[in-house]
Amino acid sequence: MSKHHISAIVNGDPTEFLCETQQTLLDVLRDELNLTGSKEGCGSGDCGACSVMMNGRLVCSCLVLGVEADGATLATIEGVAKGDQLHPIQRHFLEEAALQCGICTPGFIVATKALLEKNPNPTETEARYWLAGNLCRCTGYDKIIKAVMNAAAEMRGA
Amino acid sequence: MGNEEKQSKILGDGTSKYRVIGTRPIRPDGVDKVTGRANFGADLQQADMIFGRVVRSPHAHAKIKSINIKKALALPGVKAIVTAADFPELGEGDIAAGEVTVSFHDMSLNVIARRKVLYDGHTVAAVAATSPEIAARAADLIEVEYQLLKPVMTWRQAMDAKAPVLHDKLITKGIKPPPEKASNVGARHEFALGDLAAGFAEADVIVEHEFNTETVHQGYIEPHACVASMSADGVATVWASSQGQFMVRAYIAKLCGMDISKIKVIPAEIGGGFGGKTVIYLEPLAVALARKSGRPVKMVMTRDEVFRATGPTSGGHGRCKIGAKKDGTITAADLELEYEAGAFPGSPVMLGCMTGTTPYDIKNMRAVGYDVVVNRPKAAAYRAPGAPVASFVVESTMDMLAQKLGMCPLELRLKNAAKEGTKAPYGPKFLRIGYEETLLAAKASKQWNTPLGPNQGRGIASGFWFNIGGNSSASVALNEDGTVIVVTGNPDIGGSRASMAIMTAEVLGIDVGRVKPLVADTESVPYSDLTGGSRVTFATGKAVIEAAQDVVKQLKQRAAKIWEVDPDQVEWKDGMAVAIETDKYKPLSIADIARVAGKTGGPISGKANINAQGAGPGFGTHICDVEVDPETGFVKVLRYLAIQDVGTAIHPAYVEGQLQGGAVQGIGWALNEEYVYSKEGRLLNSGFLDYRVPVASDMPMIDTILVEVPNPGHPYGVRGVGEVPIVPPLAAVANAVSRAIGKRVSDLPISPPKLLARIQSKA
Repeated sequence: MSKHHISAIVNGDPTEFLCETQQTLLDVLRDELNLTGSKEGCGSGDCGACSVMMNGRLVCSCLVLGVEADGATLATIEGVAKGDQLHPIQRHFLEEAALQCGICTPGFIVATKALLEKNPNPTETEARYWLAGNLCRCTGYDKIIKAVMNAAAEMRGA
Repeated sequence: MGNEEKQSKILGDGTSKYRVIGTRPIRPDGVDKVTGRANFGADLQQADMIFGRVVRSPHAHAKIKSINIKKALALPGVKAIVTAADFPELGEGDIAAGEVTVSFHDMSLNVIARRKVLYDGHTVAAVAATSPEIAARAADLIEVEYQLLKPVMTWRQAMDAKAPVLHDKLITKGIKPPPEKASNVGARHEFALGDLAAGFAEADVIVEHEFNTETVHQGYIEPHACVASMSADGVATVWASSQGQFMVRAYIAKLCGMDISKIKVIPAEIGGGFGGKTVIYLEPLAVALARKSGRPVKMVMTRDEVFRATGPTSGGHGRCKIGAKKDGTITAADLELEYEAGAFPGSPVMLGCMTGTTPYDIKNMRAVGYDVVVNRPKAAAYRAPGAPVASFVVESTMDMLAQKLGMCPLELRLKNAAKEGTKAPYGPKFLRIGYEETLLAAKASKQWNTPLGPNQGRGIASGFWFNIGGNSSASVALNEDGTVIVVTGNPDIGGSRASMAIMTAEVLGIDVGRVKPLVADTESVPYSDLTGGSRVTFATGKAVIEAAQDVVKQLKQRAAKIWEVDPDQVEWKDGMAVAIETDKYKPLSIADIARVAGKTGGPISGKANINAQGAGPGFGTHICDVEVDPETGFVKVLRYLAIQDVGTAIHPAYVEGQLQGGAVQGIGWALNEEYVYSKEGRLLNSGFLDYRVPVASDMPMIDTILVEVPNPGHPYGVRGVGEVPIVPPLAAVANAVSRAIGKRVSDLPISPPKLLARIQSKA
């Protein structure tokens, strides 16, 4: 079967790719577009390491087909920093030592950005529930939550 | 409800004698990891690359009657297929490797089954094709004919005299005379001190209890992944995510029958290991497929494969009996452990025997352990392998003893705490250790003194881990502008580049930002043991310090040359060469000396290749507060405090992170995690939906207290810190739940249905 020709906006840029029907959006990002910042930890939507924004919604890209991205606006970890300017969330993750191995970090940062766009002033409990779909096995979440709360405060101008 | 007042402090002598050690700089590899640029195991692409796929046994225990690859080979796009026939058959015999011994015979059979499959998920064949889809279709076309055997799923079944025997040559080690018949018991271990019967005869009070735990997985978020390529002259290059590039190289060499010099292993960033990546699964298959196909082969496991065929650590059973005087002095302790090793012998039960009672000074003790094979995946190391289950058994019994004595469980521990000079059950006497200090810190902590409400309970437990040293190599090279590159051979699993940079900066007296740490491939740095045993900051750190000291020595010589004085007349102070007892010469910075290195003798670099001795034992004490919902059996962790003697915290934030992460893994082990098998021996929960690791909303903040009792065996007092924190949580949680419901909880995990049944039981 021939491949599908898909057009999407990826991190602000018009992008075209060919994909097979069964390829997930995560496969496409990683294997066709070389955007390997999104990680596959489970392939079943349980770990959040593949979190991306699709049309303004936080999704697990392993649960979306590449063909479903036709006409979509996508934002991945690669688009979070602006040039050499880290996003405040990225900076606070570094300052709080909120990563150890770092495999879950892109997913957490994308998910945190989605949270703070929706709710700029989350309580600790709200942050914990929003991020409950992102697994981290190294940190015990403590420093991640601190980084999220500190980033939220800075972004609010508090 | 989170613990709102964050408690994080360092207890030491109050003053720091260091410039850089103890500070919290941004980690050198941090920006790559928050921007998605860091390359992990599955991220590498190669031109002309093809994709490997493993064919796995659906059966727990069966003979392989035949493997037919004809149809699969005929599928367009299939480039190579390998079975056990493509690998050398290796002889019996164990080889020591870090914390564990390795049998290459068993390892080769675990990597690819020969004649017999021993667990659901056991590799039978591997195929490489031009796309992952074709490889998957080809895998389905490989026909394997099995003769089913009865699965043996638990230690109890396996130790039954009538149980089917997994390995017909497995004779139990550690029994004299050796048994004549093969069984499922790989080994019996025993450690003893004093006179057990006399010890119990002295006791006023004796408690005895039995405990059960289930198989759990390390649960690293990155599945195993590698790319292997092989040139026409038989030289292999392997990119792999692992805990040791030299380990991967050595194991490939054995399993594929190659010379070490023909294999280059390039370490990818590692997405979590916790011990589970101290062994290999895919790499020999990828090398064999690359050899056969002449193409680079990429192999990545699915999460289902990770659960079914890698990792886990042993579930098992323990029995503990402790006797004490009325005042709490322990007179005797007897510990028995049965650990499920999985399909091949080698559970960490010996380490369980060596660690369970070690926080205490017990004159009369015995620990006996049985290593039992069952039709589950071969156990791999998991953070302080063997210690958490043994500690759960002993520390729960300690809690029962405290209750029976009517004594505070913290005071009971203080009364019996191991200290400098205490003889460990496995032989040596401790040098300076900080266990007592962790108990005193616990006693003074806010959490210990916070009142509890209804349905709430507080548990305390302690834990011990050896920590190891071993072989490490490092080089420190000075750049022309005075910046520095530090090269080591240990994958950075949780921030070790930062500690290498900090220690280098400390020795050289320069800003940490001027030091760039690198993790090199197997051809760019001499041999180093793998990242494990909490050894890297200690042992590789020691090598880095010596290499940096080598550089300082040369810097002083160069300054002496510039000033035309004797090198003894130069000292290194705050990053500058200073002439002693004269102000005739303007001090020279590292950059000043680097700039003119060509005129004073050429480039400057230092190196050290060491076998680091003097690893400092680690002790921790954890306090867990829970609330139990009596209607559902759900346990909410309200507050958690992890206290540990960390020697010297090089980068305190990453040390705290080790305590917090280990604690949460332990809480998951205690409350939710378990392998669930069908009666046919098929794993039923091979995904993160049903194998429930803790998520952010399950946890409170994890408070930490870093107790700094410097290790006399390290120039900066470093002790390993990564493993101790997973030892106490199992019992800390179980003791808290037991006190909350007023009944002893002795089986893990304490999942809601199990706890509800316990609450409603009459016993």
